[in-house]
Amino acid sequence: MATLHLEIVTPEARAYSDDVELVVLPAVEGEMGVYPQHIPLITQLKPGELVVTKDGKKIHLAVGEGFVEVTGTTVSVLVDMALTEADIDENAAEDAVKRAEARLKEGNIGDEETALVQAAIAKSMAQLHVKRRRRGI
Amino acid sequence: MGANTRDIRRRIKSVKNTSQITKAMQMVAAAKMRKAQMRALNGRPYAENLSKMLAALAQAGGSTELHPLLQERPEVKRELVLVIATDKGLCGALNTNLFRELGKFDPAKTTFVSVGRKAAQFLSRMKRDLGAEFELKEAFTFLESKQASKFVINKFLAGDVDKVSVAFTDFISTINQKPTIKTILPVQDFELSDLEGEQGSKKVEAAASTVDYIFEPSASGVLEGLVPHYVHFAVYQMVLESRASEHSARMVAMKNATDNAKQLIKDLTLQYNKVRQAAITTELLEITTAQMALG
Repeated sequence: MATLHLEIVTPEARAYSDDVELVVLPAVEGEMGVYPQHIPLITQLKPGELVVTKDGKKIHLAVGEGFVEVTGTTVSVLVDMALTEADIDENAAEDAVKRAEARLKEGNIGDEETALVQAAIAKSMAQLHVKRRRRGI
Repeated sequence: MGANTRDIRRRIKSVKNTSQITKAMQMVAAAKMRKAQMRALNGRPYAENLSKMLAALAQAGGSTELHPLLQERPEVKRELVLVIATDKGLCGALNTNLFRELGKFDPAKTTFVSVGRKAAQFLSRMKRDLGAEFELKEAFTFLESKQASKFVINKFLAGDVDKVSVAFTDFISTINQKPTIKTILPVQDFELSDLEGEQGSKKVEAAASTVDYIFEPSASGVLEGLVPHYVHFAVYQMVLESRASEHSARMVAMKNATDNAKQLIKDLTLQYNKVRQAAITTELLEITTAQMALG
């Protein structure tokens, strides 16, 4: 079976690099599945869940904002965060959401910071989502 | 014997203590330097992919209107300089050299933004217009350095400043760091730091031109996100470079200090022994003279 070479890189490291069968990406326009021989494409990603299918098994990753470049044989994902299930600290993510929400409630913050806080929430929520789906919560 | 030898002994002890501290700092700096270099290296695949994408975009978006961050302003009324220095001292002439470069900017027309405590201290001492202060801890993340770059982008977009440069220390080798000033806004080229080398980026562009991409939602839409991101990443890389420079400069400075201390200990020990011998000789002489006088 044809495969795609998936590469996920963050500014800090190469988070994932392997040949896979299917990648589902959280694009800005909605979820997007990429099979081999996909038409060349560049799009933006929003914080969410990236699902990789390799040998029939699914791998879930939480990703932050970023970009993806798709060619027929490769998918390069550039994101500011990429965490596998094992890397996610559920408590830390929950705390982060709580802290951020409290910060929003305080109200006396500028647009700039509001956007930052909201981005932080989205990222933490993506982590929680990935961590919890396996347990069926 | 007495006061003099005791004084020398005390000095030797204190110099020894100092040399132990500088030796320890040297080791720590060496370890941190390796780590900082590793981080800069780990960012390389990201840098490559990013410039590849930008090259593809620049080609596709050639006809569309220029992104505001790419537009050059006809007149530069006010400039902004992001100064990336260290938090701590004891790193040789690193900061001094960097600050000397800042003399090129007209204080009346320039706003400064500092990263690192030393930069903030210097700028307020010189009474420069300090727009904001940022501090990044040792193991800073991309998101943290993004706050600083976001601030300068907003200043640029708001029209407060017409040009943004970064003053940082380029890491060349362990014994060579170069204070550098680089313009980041408006974005002039898509080359990501020296890490890649010129050949690398040219190859990338050639590869990109053979593929016809679709852009979702649109080329300009993606550009909208990608260009600021490029700036964020460029700043991140420059901070990493500065960090690597800082640690290597500190390592070299501390190595020199340790060597000096060793030399000093050697000299002092020699002096100590001389004084001690002289004292013994005098004492012996006194005893013999006394005995002779008695006998």
